Amino acid sequence: MKTIYVDNNATTKTAPEVVEAMLPYFTERYGNASSMHSFGGGLIVDIRRARRQVADLIGAQAEEILFTSGGTESDATAIRAAVQSNPAKRHIVTTRVEHPAIKNLFEEFAKNGYRVTFVPVDCEGRLDQETLLGSLDDDTAIVSIMWANNETGVINPMDDLSREIRSRGIVLHTDAVQAVGKLPIDLARTKVDMLSMSAHKFHGPKGIGALYIRKGTKFKPMVVGGHQEGGRRAGTENVPGIVGMGKASELAMGYLEDLGGRVRALRDKLEKRLMATVPRAMVNGGGAERLPNTTSIAFEFVEGEAILLLMNELGICASSGSACTSGSLEPSHVLRAMGVPFTAAHGSIRFSLSHYTTEAEIDTIVAEMPPIIERLRQMSPFWKQAQEGNLTQPATG
Amino acid sequence: MWEYSEKVKEHFLHPRNVGAIENADGVGEVGSLACGDALTLYFKLDDSGRISDAKFLTFGCASAIASSSALTEMIIGKTLEEAERITNEDIAAYLGELPKEKMHCSVMGQEALEKAIANYRGEADKAVEGNIICECFGITDREIEKTVREHRLTSIEDVTGYLKAGGGCGKCHDNIQAIMDRVFGQPVRIQAAAPKALTNIQKIRLIEDTLEREIKPALHQDGGDIELVDVDGVRVMVRLRGTCAGCKASQNTLKNVVEAKLRELVTKDLIVEEVAT
Repeated sequence: MKTIYVDNNATTKTAPEVVEAMLPYFTERYGNASSMHSFGGGLIVDIRRARRQVADLIGAQAEEILFTSGGTESDATAIRAAVQSNPAKRHIVTTRVEHPAIKNLFEEFAKNGYRVTFVPVDCEGRLDQETLLGSLDDDTAIVSIMWANNETGVINPMDDLSREIRSRGIVLHTDAVQAVGKLPIDLARTKVDMLSMSAHKFHGPKGIGALYIRKGTKFKPMVVGGHQEGGRRAGTENVPGIVGMGKASELAMGYLEDLGGRVRALRDKLEKRLMATVPRAMVNGGGAERLPNTTSIAFEFVEGEAILLLMNELGICASSGSACTSGSLEPSHVLRAMGVPFTAAHGSIRFSLSHYTTEAEIDTIVAEMPPIIERLRQMSPFWKQAQEGNLTQPATG
Repeated sequence: MWEYSEKVKEHFLHPRNVGAIENADGVGEVGSLACGDALTLYFKLDDSGRISDAKFLTFGCASAIASSSALTEMIIGKTLEEAERITNEDIAAYLGELPKEKMHCSVMGQEALEKAIANYRGEADKAVEGNIICECFGITDREIEKTVREHRLTSIEDVTGYLKAGGGCGKCHDNIQAIMDRVFGQPVRIQAAAPKALTNIQKIRLIEDTLEREIKPALHQDGGDIELVDVDGVRVMVRLRGTCAGCKASQNTLKNVVEAKLRELVTKDLIVEEVAT
């Protein structure tokens, strides 16, 4: 059975070019970049090149890039740095639809006595900017807003937000893990103070990410120890990972056009065909500006885990906003924040495409999904009730 | 990805007895859309009073569908008295096993069966008894207490696995813990209450003794220490020393270790307080 991988917001295939670029750093060039001898210390040149490649992808200066272990570490580093650099300020702001890396971090700050504003979104997942700006005051230490949402792909207007927030002298961080490599990003124009990114979301290796820190931003390291990364992040450099992330960044620059054009068209085709062939289906956040590769489709009256496991039988890999797959029991906090009714939130499936997705794969999905949904609906008591027009269950909660 | 047994997968991919029965003798509905799973169970009896047919409609995950399918297979051919004896554990066992987090799927099966039988016998739907503890899933204190007792559940995760209670916002975790404490606290309380009332001097000696033998050794391991300052009625005033002093977890230690131990071995009404150094 051939695998059809449309779960690229979870992780991506490591590009063969990236693997090839990394291999020598496991075999012949295994040195420690902090060593005095040129066998190890010489690797500083390779790291410098990778730092430049990563910076170029987001329109930054090389010295503004800090290598980390990935998106979660970048997020934690950024938020903790901002809070610790402004010890007198006790208010922090984020959104209700963040990735757990931010959501749980902010909840921890709330438990420790910080005032936390979780800014709501509308039914399309668009940020309530009025509430956001209204919440800011002299006590606000940092605002953290994801560039694009991992579940729906909805994009936040970072240009406007950065102007408004920075003009008030408040530090702005963005979790851009899903946006980098999928959208053109130019930080010379979009003035955020800190930005988190992760290599494995754009065909790089896992275990390596970066935090962009705009020059002049107050910073405190989270991981202390050696002097690596200019003393901002201790620990022996992950040279193969760094080189891989650099190569992936270079490739991603070249793929942006494909994503914005061909991949977007495939995504649109998938949505359009499924809307036409499956009754009672809808696109979550379909009215908002979104990443070109992502769609979250709600199939009413069926449950996400069951859908995914039937897709799995056909080799189709996607993910769901359903509770049953995640170990929690509440459906996705993102879909609930958007007010997606329970009838639909439990049966939402995220398809996320990549540079490697083909039209034939999309055609297969378009053909296979309707019978899967139909099969589960035939078992669903609510589908029967909905058909008979007497669904009495509350649709929203 | 949950790790399902082959039998769960097989029942999910090829469920038995899907559908509704027109003119069923008994119908039981449990769950809701909001909860993420729901099951309607139908059965029909033959002349001898045995279940001749059973069908289900289920909205839910793979294990909910598999549990429903298994349940119909298990009850066909049984009398209501025999069917009544089926527990959720029987359903889970029939399927090989269910992941802990999915036990509520088998509980749902058992509840639907109970309801369908009550429906056949013309018993009114049992009114919701008790007070809602978990607002996310509408679970009452009675239900939680019953399940905790029956399955000897000792952690909130277990309760969530069986009943879903506590699996949403998490606000009810303290209340669920209190129910478990109540259920399992009882035997301890009976033992502690049995000895004749202690005189003040006996009580203080016993407190000192307990601190010396039970508590200090544990604290010493972490480089901490505790000192008894005074006893006033039920109030036991202590001072924390060494690494315990100023440790953020010390409040936790006072309540969960010191107070719990003293209540267990001295009297159940003691309150431990820290006095400033």
